[in-house]
Amino acid sequence: MIPESYYTGLSAILFTIGVVGVLVRRNPLVIFMSIELMLNAANLALVAFGQRFGSPDGQVLVFFVMTVAAAEVAVGLAIIIAIFRLRQRLSVDDLSSMRW
Amino acid sequence: MRQATFFVIALVAVISALGLVLRRNPIHGALFLVVNLGCVAVFYLILGAEFLALAQVIIYAGAIMVLFVFAIMVLIPGRDETGPDPLRPWRLLAIPLGAVLLAEIGLILISSVVRRGGSPATAPASIVPVGSAESLGRLLFTDYLFPFEVTSVLLLAALVGVLALAKRRSP
Repeated sequence: MIPESYYTGLSAILFTIGVVGVLVRRNPLVIFMSIELMLNAANLALVAFGQRFGSPDGQVLVFFVMTVAAAEVAVGLAIIIAIFRLRQRLSVDDLSSMRW
Repeated sequence: MRQATFFVIALVAVISALGLVLRRNPIHGALFLVVNLGCVAVFYLILGAEFLALAQVIIYAGAIMVLFVFAIMVLIPGRDETGPDPLRPWRLLAIPLGAVLLAEIGLILISSVVRRGGSPATAPASIVPVGSAESLGRLLFTDYLFPFEVTSVLLLAALVGVLALAKRRSP
């Protein structure tokens, strides 16, 4: 039996890699994929904790997170494509028109 | 045996996550992310969450990643992220920040383990098949019925919103 601290440790590492990816990359598509990575890390921790306490509630939460992630990706990619049509470039550094 | 499997798959997961962040080509990043999602699905299987493992493969690796690859193909973003980066010193700051974040999470985890005394609070109830589609579906349609219905509204809203966003406006 694998202790759940292994899973939480792995989840922390994956989450940190996702955060660094969001901060480092300039391509909004890669930033989106890094966000997916972070969501997956959180899901892994949820399932590990749920299994630890022997309740399926954590898995139901993961189910909802997956659904929301699917909706989020669809809307986000539509926004990115709309921006690309408008500007013909794709870099988060160009998108500063809403900056205060 | 189980631990060896865990460590091998964990290594693959971390390497594929690093590949997603470090590779310049977004297509390579997407393929690395598919590998990573597969690794997480295997972890779900090890944890006894069979339904979630299948849902992970179908929803994430099947639907979401196809959408990503499709968007990458449509946008052909091979030519950005190649020029000089005016904000490079600020971006390199992200690596120590990530190290600090990892140290913080590790500290919290270790301190919680120490405070609990390292002993499990309850007996690990791995005998009960909590990951089966039956128990999950029963819970989803009794205790979590309202969030489940709200999810359908959310998906409908996303559908309409995407159609409105992606429609080509006729001049």
